[in-house]
Amino acid sequence: MAELEPRTDGGLEWTYAPAPESRAIVSFEERYGLYIGGETIEPRSGEWFTSISPASEEPLAEVAQAGPEDVDAAVGAARSGFAAWSELRPAERAKYLFRIARIIQERSRELAVAESLDGGKPIKESRDVDLPLAAAHFFYHAGWADKLEYAFPNRRPQPLGVAAQIIPWNFPLLMLAWKVAPALACGNSVVLKPAETTPLTALLFADVCRQAELPAGAVNIITGDGSTGAELVRHAGIDKVAFTGSTEVGKAIQRELAGRGVPHTLELGGKAANIVFEDCALDQAIEGIVNGIYFNQGHVCCAGSRLLVQESILEPLLGKLRNRLSTLRLGDPLDKNTDIGAINSRAQLDRITELVASGEAEGAELYQPACELPERGFWFPPTVFTNVAQSFRIAQEEIFGPVLSVMTFRTPAEAVDKANNTAYGLSAGVWTEKGSRILWMADRLRAGVVWANTFNRFDPASPFGGYKESGFGREGGRHGLEAYLRFEG
Amino acid sequence: MSRLPVKKTYKLFIGGAFPRSESGRTFVVDGQNVALASRKDARDAVRAARGAFARWSGATAYNRGQVLYRLAEMMEARAADLAAVSGGRDEVERSIDRVVWYAGWADKLAQALGGANAVAGPYFNFTIPEPTGVVATLAPDEPPLEGLVSRILPALVSGNAVVAVASESSPLAAIELAEAAATSDMPGGALNILTGRKAELAPILAGHADVNAIDLTGANGDVAELERLAAGNVKRIVRGMPAGESLWEIEPLVEMKTVWHPVGV
Repeated sequence: MAELEPRTDGGLEWTYAPAPESRAIVSFEERYGLYIGGETIEPRSGEWFTSISPASEEPLAEVAQAGPEDVDAAVGAARSGFAAWSELRPAERAKYLFRIARIIQERSRELAVAESLDGGKPIKESRDVDLPLAAAHFFYHAGWADKLEYAFPNRRPQPLGVAAQIIPWNFPLLMLAWKVAPALACGNSVVLKPAETTPLTALLFADVCRQAELPAGAVNIITGDGSTGAELVRHAGIDKVAFTGSTEVGKAIQRELAGRGVPHTLELGGKAANIVFEDCALDQAIEGIVNGIYFNQGHVCCAGSRLLVQESILEPLLGKLRNRLSTLRLGDPLDKNTDIGAINSRAQLDRITELVASGEAEGAELYQPACELPERGFWFPPTVFTNVAQSFRIAQEEIFGPVLSVMTFRTPAEAVDKANNTAYGLSAGVWTEKGSRILWMADRLRAGVVWANTFNRFDPASPFGGYKESGFGREGGRHGLEAYLRFEG
Repeated sequence: MSRLPVKKTYKLFIGGAFPRSESGRTFVVDGQNVALASRKDARDAVRAARGAFARWSGATAYNRGQVLYRLAEMMEARAADLAAVSGGRDEVERSIDRVVWYAGWADKLAQALGGANAVAGPYFNFTIPEPTGVVATLAPDEPPLEGLVSRILPALVSGNAVVAVASESSPLAAIELAEAAATSDMPGGALNILTGRKAELAPILAGHADVNAIDLTGANGDVAELERLAAGNVKRIVRGMPAGESLWEIEPLVEMKTVWHPVGV
């Protein structure tokens, strides 16, 4: 594990002792087949790939690479599963979802450790954010299952059918919950394709479904790379596509679905502005900035990756930010003191490295705290760019890593213009102690979520989703249900 | 003694003005020369719509409702002219009543579509509808007036700026409507109307990077290609009732914004 310089407080030199969470609570199988029709089956493709820990590059388990025949089998099983699931009394569907929520809570630590092993995120995040929210999503949507006619009075809501759901690697189990819980609550069946680099918690979720005695075929899970997802979207037997991932792939999915009449919701990239006014509570804002961009290594679509600082407080803010960065601990994701874990994959590390190099080449000034990186695995230190122009790639493109681009503004109107000056529109942050200014800014920011004096808060009751090229549709709340229903009234 | 009537020139409606097509082209409908909008006219209309969006969406909902109600007043005054170029008096009356119906939604959308969210933590959290931005509308060919009104009002009422392509077979009603809109206190550019060939204009609007949503209700021909073009900037694609009224016609053209703030002392 990487050690920081020893710290000195009151003349005493000290350092953190390792505080690893035990991984004994998880035992991965050597190999995971596909979860189709309530059974685990070998892939007809005959192909397998290995899921590794990005922190150590050790292999964790072999996973099936679903091919076209496997996708077809999964959609077929979901079709049969839909008939049974949609005909259940809604109150019974609700109880299955409550069961799933409870089992996730019971197995929460195991799933958190698995998530950190497979994805590289710090255990304190998987334990305190991903898992509680995943359970909460099932609990919340369970209650909707038999109340849909109250959510949509006089509209006679009906399920769509087979929902094809493709999720990313940054919050594997939480994104599964965001997709599966509303789909099932509305009476749909699901074919879920987890991300190539983080399939393991989805496969553990298959076991959660078994424990909950979920009717066969209501949830089907197929693993694989992008080709599996593409095959699923192409399949003629799906009734709905829900995708979370990059804007590039989202556009490809929208093109593929053109003219097919398959409803779809897309939750895509972002380049959020986190806007800090001179009258903010600065120490709170610093915590919000750090949380905004270094939470989950910056692998967050709504990350506050552009920091807009009112010019008058730039220097004091940067001083405090540098101090705060020097206290961040990077290393073993299973260490309970770790703030920044591993980058999810070598491919993502390469992308971050390339974009950071472009920032330096375009003339931005790079700052990284003293930070020793482990020798094995994929790592990137917390990074701050100053002297950034709006046209730089690091100010326009989603980096999806622990890289913050700092820009300045003088007036609220200038802050709004700069904040809105991207093709994205997923989220934004505002830091000021003046209430009227918060609401004025919130009105003008073209983003689906505005966090004022906070950042990166999520809740199943709170709709989440983007404007512009950050996608369409909402997840969470009453609004999120609409993505999984059609209306006869 | 007979008098020679002064006939109208049917032109486009862009940015609150009535230009001819920059291309100089016209086509003949019912013996009238009608402007045949070009690619550049479509782009000019999108630019005008983008320019008007801040003002139109920034107006209070009450104000927007009154302006749209005034559009109905202006239509009533032109009812005879509108009837002469549409399906007749009945269609005009339905159209005027539809404008009034939608005008009344402006200051009710936030309550009907938004709300407060009970999140598990010390935060105040609410969700409100906001207009999507610039909306391109392909109006149904029939009915020419009621179809256009039924598609543009759901977009306008929440504050979207609209670029509408009129009925291709009966475009005169759209220009009559534009003349009513021009005297309704709507900011210039909030509503823009093009007459011409959908096959020419639709792909330009579907592929335009500054159009946020496209209403294909009145699309003729290859919709799949329009949807592929729309994916270029993740446009919202809408299809609705060619002639009807519902809150659910408004909803696909709004974005839900959720705002969080901590609660504390």
